[in-house]
Amino acid sequence: MSSVLSAVTFVPALGALAVFLLPRRAEGLVKVTAFLTSVVAFVASVPLFTGFNASTPDYQFVEQHAWMPTLGISYHLGVDGISLLLVLLTTFLMPLTLLASWHSVERRWKEFAITMLLLETGMLGVFVALDLFLFYIFWEAMLIPMYLIIGIWGGPNRVYAAIKFILYTLVGSLLMLVAILALYFQHGAATGVHTFDLPIVARWVVPGGLGQSLLFLAFALAFAIKVPMWPFHTWLPDAHVEAPTPGSVILAGVLLKMGTYGFLRFCMPLFPQASLAFAPWMFTLAVIGILYGAWVSTVQADIKKLVAYSSVSHLGFVVLGLFTLNQQGMVGGIIQMINHGLSTGALFLIVGMLYERRHTRLIADFGGLWKVVPALSAIFLIVTFSSIGLPGLNGFVGEFLILVGAFQVSRPLAVVATSGIIFAAVYMLWMYQRVIFGEVTREENRRLTDLSVREWAMLVPVLVFIVWIGVYPVSFTGKTEASVSALITQVQTKAAATVAAVGQ
Amino acid sequence: MTETITLPAVSLRVIAPAAVLAVTGFVLMLLDLLPPRGRREHLAFVGLAGVVVALVAAVLLWGSEATGFQGMAVLDNLTLFATLVIGYSTGLVLLLSIDYLKRRGMESGEYYILVLFAATGMVIMAGANDLIVVFLGLETMSLALYVLAGFFRTRIEAGEASMKYFLLGAFASGFFLYGIALIYGATGSTNLNKIGAAVTAGASRDPLLLIGFALLLVGFGFKISAVPFHMWTADVYEGAPTSVTAFIATGSKAAAFAALLRLLLVSLRPLQGEWVWLFWVLAVLSMTLGNLVAIAQQNLKRMLAYSSIAHVGYMLVGVVAGGGLGGGSVLFYLLVYTFTTAGAFGVILLLERGGDEAVQIGDTAGLATRHPLAALALAIFLLSLVGIPPTAGFVGKFYLFGAAVRSGYLWLAVIGVLNSAAAAYYYLRVIVSMYMREPEGTPAVIVPSFAGALAVVVALWGVIQLGIFPAPLFDLAQSAVLPLLR
Repeated sequence: MSSVLSAVTFVPALGALAVFLLPRRAEGLVKVTAFLTSVVAFVASVPLFTGFNASTPDYQFVEQHAWMPTLGISYHLGVDGISLLLVLLTTFLMPLTLLASWHSVERRWKEFAITMLLLETGMLGVFVALDLFLFYIFWEAMLIPMYLIIGIWGGPNRVYAAIKFILYTLVGSLLMLVAILALYFQHGAATGVHTFDLPIVARWVVPGGLGQSLLFLAFALAFAIKVPMWPFHTWLPDAHVEAPTPGSVILAGVLLKMGTYGFLRFCMPLFPQASLAFAPWMFTLAVIGILYGAWVSTVQADIKKLVAYSSVSHLGFVVLGLFTLNQQGMVGGIIQMINHGLSTGALFLIVGMLYERRHTRLIADFGGLWKVVPALSAIFLIVTFSSIGLPGLNGFVGEFLILVGAFQVSRPLAVVATSGIIFAAVYMLWMYQRVIFGEVTREENRRLTDLSVREWAMLVPVLVFIVWIGVYPVSFTGKTEASVSALITQVQTKAAATVAAVGQ
Repeated sequence: MTETITLPAVSLRVIAPAAVLAVTGFVLMLLDLLPPRGRREHLAFVGLAGVVVALVAAVLLWGSEATGFQGMAVLDNLTLFATLVIGYSTGLVLLLSIDYLKRRGMESGEYYILVLFAATGMVIMAGANDLIVVFLGLETMSLALYVLAGFFRTRIEAGEASMKYFLLGAFASGFFLYGIALIYGATGSTNLNKIGAAVTAGASRDPLLLIGFALLLVGFGFKISAVPFHMWTADVYEGAPTSVTAFIATGSKAAAFAALLRLLLVSLRPLQGEWVWLFWVLAVLSMTLGNLVAIAQQNLKRMLAYSSIAHVGYMLVGVVAGGGLGGGSVLFYLLVYTFTTAGAFGVILLLERGGDEAVQIGDTAGLATRHPLAALALAIFLLSLVGIPPTAGFVGKFYLFGAAVRSGYLWLAVIGVLNSAAAAYYYLRVIVSMYMREPEGTPAVIVPSFAGALAVVVALWGVIQLGIFPAPLFDLAQSAVLPLLR
């Protein structure tokens, strides 16, 4: 039994401990320690990718140790094609985020480093936990660091945003806790085995009907708030606008994916019949989210808010893809999670760079930047195209697959959803045009400096993947396909079994 | 012609922990007469030693099942588990008190003596197998606590707290005693086992018995401060010395819950179908009202008072759930709540502003910058009260709500978790204040105190240990309840 996953998950926590022991005055040392820790976590996670056997849908790098044996709770970790890329996305984004914090976080770097590293452990734990109890622990524990990041290092209205963020998420996740408990006791009563172990529980067919629907809804609410799906999205713009740049990058890049990941990992295999039954509803909400997010983005005056609302739209695509419950749609959904993490993460990084230079994020305060900061503008352009879904870049691959999948399920909705891509082009390009092109309208903008070495180091790795996924997506989609097709089979056979059981 | 007088067999082993505490109390009374005058902290350490001995005795006696004093006192795992909780509570309170009393210029021997006697009463109550002994323990505990609540006699709030606590407590005792009388009338006994036998035999239809139980519940409701018997809580918590508040919040509740559980499991199990709805309502009222009113509080002690009402509501969820899981989770939660609450009050008690106590939420502003470790400790205690993993508070709630779901009280669990979410708001407000706001005027500071810091560290250890490795202690808690269910 290897312990790669434990190492990857808990290296950041150990780093947090190391930072805790460093003196507050040694800020440089704190920064370097935190950064190196995140790099070590990334390096440690690379073997997961290279050593991953893409031909099997089984969990790999599995670790299991008894924890609370009387209740059937164990420390059970593992990755499959669904979680692998998300783990790597997390470890990949974290060093970049810490680089982005270098100057933008101005006070209490020590506390900041500790919170960020603990947050990383929490996020990784969510993706690798294979025990419902363990998953819930990570899921909840991760809230507090994010809450502190928004609340301490955020903008003027940060306290309101932080509290809104945590209360929204808590309501959803606590109901999910009740559902986890109900599932545990139902499973125990039906099979005689009381366990929180996900692979074991997922083999059992939850009785169909109202009970399964309620369980599904309790889980789905928690995930829908996290994604966030329309109409549960209202915490997101507040959180994004108030969060500091690193907070926004992690929030958009990783945290939002936990909702979509939750649908795949828990809702679908555990409650297949309800997933199928509610799929049209999820589909509809997703399409509403795509259009609503796009329209609201169009009219934003603040670049960061624009990117925040665009996340609602993009995550709408992801949910659309997942609930097609067919191979193309789901693979597209998974790859689009990664794409959104990369492009929107990069967009927030760029917005942060602009803010560091000008201390404003209003579109109207910029204009004509190409003449002043050509390198920044060029990279901004590539990322913008990636976000819109220009062929040859990553966004196209995901959206194309999703729409292919959606077309097979509901043509009208797929057509409506496609218009979301056009709206995306409208709001992104219009924003880009007003910020970058034209004459320099403000004197302050003439003296802006172009990318520093540190900023190049943050953006180039992202660009590499944006192009890599766009040109040769098979490196990544190939890892997920076996798991996705196994999941689809599981959903269909279990749903059929549920129907058969009800019919008897 | 010789007459032999046979003495009733007195088995001191059955009341060993209580006896240790009582003897320590008497020793303290003697020591209090000895010089040096004016320095009383050695009494606290002797008291602490007594508490440690009682704890060790409880651990050594674990697993024994004995009754003594003609079946009036019982030594079983329930008694012993409650003794552990009460012992931790007393120990933490003694540690917290030493420097606190000195700073407030109120150091005197009586304080420590009363703490020890209150603890004795609590342990007696937990090990009582007879309603009269429950009452005896209850009064021993309460009388000591009434005095302790008003210990800062120069402060007007202290007088109010003591008076209110005493008057309402006396009423509750009256109800309790009247309940005992009615039950005795209905069943002919005050022994819990005999009452249980009578209930099984059919006395349950006797209105006298039901009224008697209802009156007992009023008494218990008062001691655990469940809604609607909670009116005293906020004023007493606010006016009492903070160390005493911690004691009232933790130790006295543990004792009352242990006695209540024993009454429900030993005597009233045949009537479970009837009383369970009563507790369902009490649980919902306590959780909801406690949390909603706590949101409006600006004073930390009042906030924690209402929060304690809510936590009693959570524990009543476990009572409703019943069975080994439900009862065990209540006991486990008492332990968790003791560490968490004693720790939180411990940090608050070290907080001073301009030489006076600082108990407003605003006083904690910017604490994280000035005292990062103290702020971190208080934050962890508050997160445990919210129920965020990996703290003990989460595991405690997990067991409680888990028990409720298992017994089919799904909606009770849903109401419970929604309450937890609402509660997050006011606990987090303190964290917001500590980490995200700047102080106005003279900032509040943490007073250095070795004993106080030690107490906080012990509580912190409890909160984290029980949060990450809860299984051993939860198994103990469950094994404390299971024998009663046979």
